[in-house]
Amino acid sequence: MQLVIRYLPVAIFFLVWEIVTVTGLVSRQLLPGLEVIFSAFVGLVASGEFLFSAYKSLTRAAAGLGAAIVLGILIGLFMATNRIFLWLINPIVRIFYPMPKSALIPLVMIWFGLGDSSKVFLIFLGCLLPVIISTYNGARGVGQVLLWSASSLGASRFEILREVILPAALPDILAGCRTALAFSFILMVSSEFVIAKDGLGFLIGTLGDGGNYPAMFAVILAVAGIGFAADRLYAAFAASRLHWKEQS
Amino acid sequence: MSEFGIKVEGVSHSYAGRSGASTVALKETNLEIARNEFHALLGPSGCGKSTLLYLIGGFIPVQKGAIRTPAGVVSAPGPDRGIVFQNFALFPWKTVLENVVYGLRKQGRSKPEAEERARHYIKMVQLAGFENHFPSQLSGGMQQRAAIARTLAVDPDILLMDEPFGALDAQTRRVMQEELRSIWRNSPKTVVFVTHDVHEAVFLADRISIMSARPGRIEHLVETELGMERDDGVIASKRYVELCERIWALVREQAISASRGEH
Ligand SMILES: Nc1ncnc2c1ncn2[C@@H]1O[C@H](COP(=O)(O)OP(=O)(O)O)[C@@H](O)[C@H]1O
Ligand SMILES: [Mg+2]
Repeated sequence: MQLVIRYLPVAIFFLVWEIVTVTGLVSRQLLPGLEVIFSAFVGLVASGEFLFSAYKSLTRAAAGLGAAIVLGILIGLFMATNRIFLWLINPIVRIFYPMPKSALIPLVMIWFGLGDSSKVFLIFLGCLLPVIISTYNGARGVGQVLLWSASSLGASRFEILREVILPAALPDILAGCRTALAFSFILMVSSEFVIAKDGLGFLIGTLGDGGNYPAMFAVILAVAGIGFAADRLYAAFAASRLHWKEQS
Repeated sequence: MSEFGIKVEGVSHSYAGRSGASTVALKETNLEIARNEFHALLGPSGCGKSTLLYLIGGFIPVQKGAIRTPAGVVSAPGPDRGIVFQNFALFPWKTVLENVVYGLRKQGRSKPEAEERARHYIKMVQLAGFENHFPSQLSGGMQQRAAIARTLAVDPDILLMDEPFGALDAQTRRVMQEELRSIWRNSPKTVVFVTHDVHEAVFLADRISIMSARPGRIEHLVETELGMERDDGVIASKRYVELCERIWALVREQAISASRGEH
């Protein structure tokens, strides 16, 4: 029941969509009806085109995101625990963070060409910064008394990093990874849109260029659906990792 | 004094401020605490009690002077000096049992051995049945019991306590004071107990150091001589009431000069 109430606005959204297309309020060229979009989607799935594109895109996103999470956590932790490293890295991170990574697409294309590596690299870059910053903030925020307690119980500096700072920063790290997950979808589609020979972004682009709007809308909605599902799954995973937090 | 527990010799400490100005928290402080003595550090807020305790713990480096324990000159934290903080400082992602086990594993004990010992200490602080609870599921008093168990389990020679009952309500506080005193009687340790509560200091301690307003020094040393047993009878005794009054007057003197910004 709660679920119904929560997602009712989505149903209303699609209902309005259906009404404006059926009544001809909006040209069918600009906004195809839902049933047309759905049959186009069935066609894309049947031809295998959709699954192939999704496979290509999602493996790129996973590779870029995975590398960004691993490296981002390491960099963030070192920034929080090593002054010299912080001095070296912090200005670069701060300047680079607000910059739209899609602006790098032409450059990355020159560096890496049209293959997978250009997209993976771009997704990696975009996801890296939110992970670094959230890890750093989380690690910096660890209470002094926790660190002191651990060291008086006999933990070494490395053990404190791994057994105290890392788990204490976990709520922030998980939040940063969620941002990164959203970024990975945005960068996946936008980079494939510009530099790719396959993938969901590429598919949207070619279907649009070819004037096949129902199929294009089908892919756009599917990307939104996959992104939404990934976010919900991630949120459930994050919550399960943080079961020790205040249960109210 | 036959055996010493802690010697503080001419220790000064200043904190660097933001604008280059520094705060002198301790000035030429001397203090000798006997082995297995229950010692209270009493003084107005901001007089440097925590600073002195953290110096003994090795958490902040000694700038001037020296601190000695039977294990040697203090230069870093170590498991010979356990600490309990006002806000418990439990690892929130670990259960009570895991928190207590943590230090025991660092001592190289096997997991089953560490868990057995941890359970013993959890029982001692009356937390049996809560082994698998997370700190967020416990009341403040229970969290502090868990923190005390974690510290006692590694069997430090010296127990440092920084206003450990300051965050608890009055009833819980009294119960915890009695329990702490009886735990200490059953397994004596050198205890340094920081508080700004005169009654708490008198009730718990064998000797009380009263610190001056900042920069802190030990201004007065008072022996409580209330005997080993501390219970409601002690609180009703004439000596207890008189001591509290006398010590309160000494602390008040310092608190007033602190609020006037003297020294
Ligand atoms: N990390 C710090 N940086 C700067 N000043 C500090 C720091 N810690 C304590 N002080 C100052 O040193 C003085 C003594 O502090 P503290 O030892 O915490 O006193 P107490 O525990 O008796 O309340 C206070 O004036 C406090 O403001
Ligand atoms: Mg203090």
